[in-house]
Amino acid sequence: MSAVTAVGRGVWDFVVGDDWRVALGVVFALAATALIATSTVAAWWVLPLAVVALLADSLRRAARAGQRR
Amino acid sequence: MSGAELGLAVSVFLACTVEAVEALTIVLAVGTTRSWSSALAGAGAAAALLAVLVAALGPGLTSLPINVLRVGVGGLLLVFGLQWLRKAILRAAGLKALHDEDAAFAQETEAARGVARAAGFDPYSFTVALKGVLLEGLEVAFIVLTFGANQHRVGLAALAAGLAILLVATAGIAIRAPLARAPENTMKFAVGIMLSSFGTFWGAEGAGASWPGNDAALLVIIPVLLAISLAFVALIRRASPLASSRAPVTGSGA
Repeated sequence: MSAVTAVGRGVWDFVVGDDWRVALGVVFALAATALIATSTVAAWWVLPLAVVALLADSLRRAARAGQRR
Repeated sequence: MSGAELGLAVSVFLACTVEAVEALTIVLAVGTTRSWSSALAGAGAAAALLAVLVAALGPGLTSLPINVLRVGVGGLLLVFGLQWLRKAILRAAGLKALHDEDAAFAQETEAARGVARAAGFDPYSFTVALKGVLLEGLEVAFIVLTFGANQHRVGLAALAAGLAILLVATAGIAIRAPLARAPENTMKFAVGIMLSSFGTFWGAEGAGASWPGNDAALLVIIPVLLAISLAFVALIRRASPLASSRAPVTGSGA
């Protein structure tokens, strides 16, 4: 593994961690918040809802994986 | 000190305490079995590197436009905080092993005894202590930078981190053993809640949303996320036979 790949993998593991879906979900939720904020509709509720949904989904998958082991 | 600044100081203090407890175990293991001077030199070099990192990146981050900073750094803080929270919930529910400082100490001590040693400066002790403190400290440096930059209080965040290191180092010197009774998972749970809550608040603000009640919204976000997380712990424990059959989560109040 080259040094660049190793550093890239280290940064990925450090920031994103075990579940990349959570990171991707946060990016989508921020984009949705920004999109809704340009309209007349309140946008503050998007991120809290997304956080709870992403956490629940990540925990559900981790619990299932734990039970399979 | 405002509520947000208090939240910043408490979050950084708790995060740094947890990481310092883990780093202390490594330094103690090589210090007691091989060379105190080399181990302390390694730990000091790592602390200096981390301080340089924070001092170098802090001013650059705080000079970014506030909305760019909040959406970017708030998003990163949220991703990072959810990692901490997810692991803390799984540990509290019994699906992930708790960090055992006594076991980590025994493992490090065993490894340290297995390596030949010359008189004088001990490169093994220096390197193991440097690596251990640097790796544990990187997460703290990340939290100090993101949290501190968002509130333009990197100095306050660094002070909270410094106090935590001082407290853990003093306790470690006093008892000369790993701080195995520190409630690590409870602290990690609290840090996960704080990072995720502040990340949610700043991320949404940076993306253009306005919170009802402005900063007071945090007083709702934090307890609601805590209640939901504790409900997740209870749900997983009830739903998973594996979780209920595992050892009780001693030391974890969550």
